[in-house]
Amino acid sequence: MSLKKNILALREKKAKIQKGGGDAAIEKQVAMGKMTARERIVTLLDENSFHEYDMFVQHEERNFGMDKKELAGDGVITGTGTIFGAPVCVYAQDFTVMGGSLGLKHARKITKIMDHALKLRVPCIGINDSGGARIQEGIGALAGYGEIFYRNTLASGVIPQISVILGPCAGGAVYSPALTDFVFVVENISKMFITGPNVIETVLGEKISQEDLGGARVHAEITGNAHFYAESELECFDQIKKLISFIPWNNSQKAKSFEPKKPKSKKNIEDIIPSDPKQPYDVRDVIKVLVDDSDFFEIQELFAPNIVIGFGRMNGETIGFVANQPMYLAGVLDCDSSDKAARFIRYCDSFNIPIITLEDMPGYLPGVDQEHAGVIRHGAKMLYAYSEATVAKITVILRKAYGGGYIAMNSRHLGADFVFSWPSAEIAVMGPEGAANIIFRKEIMEAEDQDAMRQIKVQEYIEKFANPYVAASKGYIDGVIEPAETRALLLHSLEVSKNKEDYRPTKKHGIPPF
Amino acid sequence: MTAEQKKDFVDFAVTARKYKTLLTPKYKTRKFWVNPDPMDVYSSIPGTVVDIYVKEGDLVEEGQQIMILEAMKMRNTIEMPFTAKIKKINIKLGDRIPKDTLLMQLEK
Repeated sequence: MSLKKNILALREKKAKIQKGGGDAAIEKQVAMGKMTARERIVTLLDENSFHEYDMFVQHEERNFGMDKKELAGDGVITGTGTIFGAPVCVYAQDFTVMGGSLGLKHARKITKIMDHALKLRVPCIGINDSGGARIQEGIGALAGYGEIFYRNTLASGVIPQISVILGPCAGGAVYSPALTDFVFVVENISKMFITGPNVIETVLGEKISQEDLGGARVHAEITGNAHFYAESELECFDQIKKLISFIPWNNSQKAKSFEPKKPKSKKNIEDIIPSDPKQPYDVRDVIKVLVDDSDFFEIQELFAPNIVIGFGRMNGETIGFVANQPMYLAGVLDCDSSDKAARFIRYCDSFNIPIITLEDMPGYLPGVDQEHAGVIRHGAKMLYAYSEATVAKITVILRKAYGGGYIAMNSRHLGADFVFSWPSAEIAVMGPEGAANIIFRKEIMEAEDQDAMRQIKVQEYIEKFANPYVAASKGYIDGVIEPAETRALLLHSLEVSKNKEDYRPTKKHGIPPF
Repeated sequence: MTAEQKKDFVDFAVTARKYKTLLTPKYKTRKFWVNPDPMDVYSSIPGTVVDIYVKEGDLVEEGQQIMILEAMKMRNTIEMPFTAKIKKINIKLGDRIPKDTLLMQLEK
């Protein structure tokens, strides 16, 4: 007797499970403008690379009529595959199966694939589309969430963890994405909140739509919970693929090297930055004339745009860029920008990615709202992250480097390996106007024409102190360079830093100002 | 930089110097600090007004209950911060109010 009969039976079983919640549920999913969980995985991964596991897992709940319910794959698809050849573990919650609700077995499928990812030392990508805890399973569902969070934490800094929000993600469910490295959201599709609009209205009387409360734009622009914002699922998958090409598979490897390329941008680096320190420009134009192929992959573009973070390549190797953005809020440091940069610096350090810092900032943002929002604690995160990092750290001061911000932006004092400065830089304890007002207060007050005297004194201060040569004379910066030399010097600095070894005192872990 | 963006550049003061720059939506909608006036009673949480024990013109002793604001099923008693007269009541029974609503104004 041949195996034919068994094989046919298997195929039938598989075909049924692959239908998820069935045709009607799939139709609904499509009507919402969403792809199905299976389509998402297939679209994201290299062609024919996906292999599914735990297809036949079933829930064990017997209450509330659940004993009569068979749920395809218990509402989640898990497996392995490749992206541009890079191995990844992946899971996708299937909204067509009981709203993608999370029960204990559903969660155990996820934790199993996460355990795989951690053991195999490969990135783990989670596609979230779930109504939340499966209420019928009660505390079993909560246990499931907890077991996921625990693994998210253990895997943090060991393998890259990516969360894709392609549907609702509410209540406890939001904390898994929050614990991962990068969160992707899509306009009109992603919704994230701890308590939804209904509860908020019932309890507190505040009326708000799902979109305004926790839509994609809100998380990309206001909360900073999301790192990448896309207008469609396809654009989102392209972003994920591009990210995977920039990062290493785990923390003991380096990101894949690419063919070195010259920058494409034909902009003259000297012309990008206005000499007047009060005039803005787009610092991304500077990054684009420095990186290979002018290919800069920005992260958290919409959140705290006064600092720019992202990946680019130099000589084919992945580099993390942190740059003040004078185009927004004059490039000041504030709660959000410190938070954004600090987390990125820690990511780069965890995954062996050298950091290049481009500095042009007037200081910290003054204001009651900032002080009360904890700018002290948030600002300290940056000092912590730079000081803690042992990857190659290089700074180029383009224009303004004043006060506490000068220290925070990867100064020599926080352990920078190389600090270069353009001749246009003003490295000083504060802006010349402020400094002159304090130092020459008496002279200004006593002068007949106070404004004229203030101008004279400000000019005097600018000539004496608002330049890179005071810092250079003390050895705080390694050299004053011509803008046109920047790329060559950065390439050289990265080259000589390749075998950098730097040690920190042994500890269980530090206590960063979270 | 687009012409559109250039049009939106504003003067932005950080210490003694003003910079030309764009503002973020979050910065534009930030809350301004207002020095609190002890005569104004604000809600420190959102909720529903379920009881009002005073009326305009009443002289009320420090510590006396003036209203109950229910939130998350908790009946929060609002007490008089000091002895004063109720000048104006801006809410009525059953009102659902957000945080930072001016509930009552007092006068000595």
